[in-house]
Amino acid sequence: MTGFDLTILFAGVVAGAAPIVLAALGETITEKAGVINLSLDGTILLSAMVAFVVAFESNNILMGFFSAGIVGAIVASIVAFFSLYLNQSQVAVGFVLTLMTRDLAYFLGNSFSRLRGPQVVPLPVPLLKDIPFLGEVFFNQNMPVYFSLAMIGFCWWYMYRTPLGLKLRSVGEHPRASYARGINPRKLQMVYSICGGMLVGFAGATFSLSVKPGWGRPQGAEGTGWIALVLVIFGGWNPVKAAMGAYLFSFLQVIGIYCQEWLPSIPAQVFQVAPFPLMIFILLVMSLAQKESVLNWAESNAGMKSILAFLSGAVPTALGKPYRPD
Amino acid sequence: MLTLFAVFLFTTIILLVSGAPPFAAYYHIFKGALGSWIKFSHVISVWIPLTLCASGLLYTFRIGLWNIGVEGQMMLGAVFATAVLRIGAGKGMPMLFVVLSFVSGMAGGAIWAITAGYLKTKGGVNEIFAGLGLNFVGQGLILWLIFGPWRRPGIASMSGTELFPQELWLPFSPALRLSPVGLVLALTALVLTALLLQFTRMGLNLKAIGNNRDASYLFGLNPDRYMIIAMIFAGGFAGMAGSVQVAGVYHRLLPAISSNYGYLALLVVMLANYNVWITPFVAFFFACLNVGSIQLPMMLELDSTLSGVIQGSLVMATLAVYALRIRGKLPEGTATT
Repeated sequence: MTGFDLTILFAGVVAGAAPIVLAALGETITEKAGVINLSLDGTILLSAMVAFVVAFESNNILMGFFSAGIVGAIVASIVAFFSLYLNQSQVAVGFVLTLMTRDLAYFLGNSFSRLRGPQVVPLPVPLLKDIPFLGEVFFNQNMPVYFSLAMIGFCWWYMYRTPLGLKLRSVGEHPRASYARGINPRKLQMVYSICGGMLVGFAGATFSLSVKPGWGRPQGAEGTGWIALVLVIFGGWNPVKAAMGAYLFSFLQVIGIYCQEWLPSIPAQVFQVAPFPLMIFILLVMSLAQKESVLNWAESNAGMKSILAFLSGAVPTALGKPYRPD
Repeated sequence: MLTLFAVFLFTTIILLVSGAPPFAAYYHIFKGALGSWIKFSHVISVWIPLTLCASGLLYTFRIGLWNIGVEGQMMLGAVFATAVLRIGAGKGMPMLFVVLSFVSGMAGGAIWAITAGYLKTKGGVNEIFAGLGLNFVGQGLILWLIFGPWRRPGIASMSGTELFPQELWLPFSPALRLSPVGLVLALTALVLTALLLQFTRMGLNLKAIGNNRDASYLFGLNPDRYMIIAMIFAGGFAGMAGSVQVAGVYHRLLPAISSNYGYLALLVVMLANYNVWITPFVAFFFACLNVGSIQLPMMLELDSTLSGVIQGSLVMATLAVYALRIRGKLPEGTATT
């Protein structure tokens, strides 16, 4: 790499973040409705594999995305079904499915490894792409990236500005009360688990058809599912903040590539894994920031207070505790 | 029985989808695991770390912690053990250094576990994410050591660090390529865990806190302290498993030293329904699947991850059957997370 170009850097960040944004948004929706889908890491791999194989066989990118969404929805519905109707621990089921879907992906995708398949084509937006800097970063990308950008706004609007979104949040906060208001919490939680799962499936397809094209073992998407789960907490169960976390993570990854050039004495492997612990570290700092002693200390400082207010976010009260009908 | 049938059906479908002859696959797994004494001893060498990790997990599950960081704890055990063995190379007194390597391996695992424990009790970070983060850190550490300070003279590669001198290997029987020391350690850990959990006050307290955290305060129990204790046991045993892999199996540090046995041990304990006595048998079965499926790529050109698919679907089917059996018998408000 010869030069250091800020535009290319940020365009890379936005492109690389697309699948992470989608996964984090999907999980935010699911958790906001009160269900934890821990299976993200495996689901992303399985849907990435399915997307690649379907797109490869049918030579149709859209079919790949579509089938990946279905896979994500199926896995999510299994988690929700076991939790809501069979009274099993969401964490346990999710964890088992993480490992199982990952192995299933490697097993079934084995014969499709290291093949050259179709890829999402770049699709600059006319006019908008000519805006200096911003145009290059946001509008000289491809469909999945635009989709991820649009979904951030849509999720926020849907959750906080529509009656349906209010219902979604109510089943996550207080399913019993929403039941009294004539909402069926189980049904809604099932529906939103499936919707969230579909977004996670799209995230997988974005990996294998765009960000890290192709299939193999390892694919390159390993670990991002866990990061998406962390981002949901990082974002305080707010879709916009979760998406911003995804950009931060993507930024760390891209910076890692540059660091490799600047500091050749440090092995490349360190930079590949470094973003993961860094992200966890950030999460730690944030949860410390919500401790009462820190809050009291910040009372006297207006700037600190607004930072903390931005960072804080409430856990959906009924998260992981499904509603049982009497 | 129903469970086994469901899993059998599911796996057969999967195999048919991938275009492989299902019965040949089962046959090769069986033969690959139990076809000869060498293979059987290979199964046992997988069983040892699985059982050690599973024993440790029994403590954390009992108190209601999801110690997903067991994988990283095993890695740190391996790193600490390797460090001692590297110091001990060529210094004489090999037995002393081998023993020391186990002590430091256990300490390494425990340090990692305590870190996750404190993040949970003091920092309020969910133990799943703290553990996962530490797993990534552990993996990064191992890679850095293998490619950095501990690289082989000349070439640094994924094949790991240099072999230790032979006097620092755990004593093993050449015919079976299996170290009896590891076997003894695993059995000891298992019996110790059973005794501690079933017959001591500590075991009872762990269970009490796991079942009802709020009530445990009334009995003057400090949940945070017991969580750390449980984590120390889990990390210690996982660290021991890492030490066994380093000193007894590979005789060096590898990037994949933990071989996912930590994650697998979580499944083992879940399938054993958190029962100490069933755990070793499930671990044995899982070890058979793992070792048996190594044959698959050679014989049928299938990926060996089939074992993982079978193991996962077993646990899922068991959860489902278990849930259906107790359905309708649950009292109000017994939500589990």
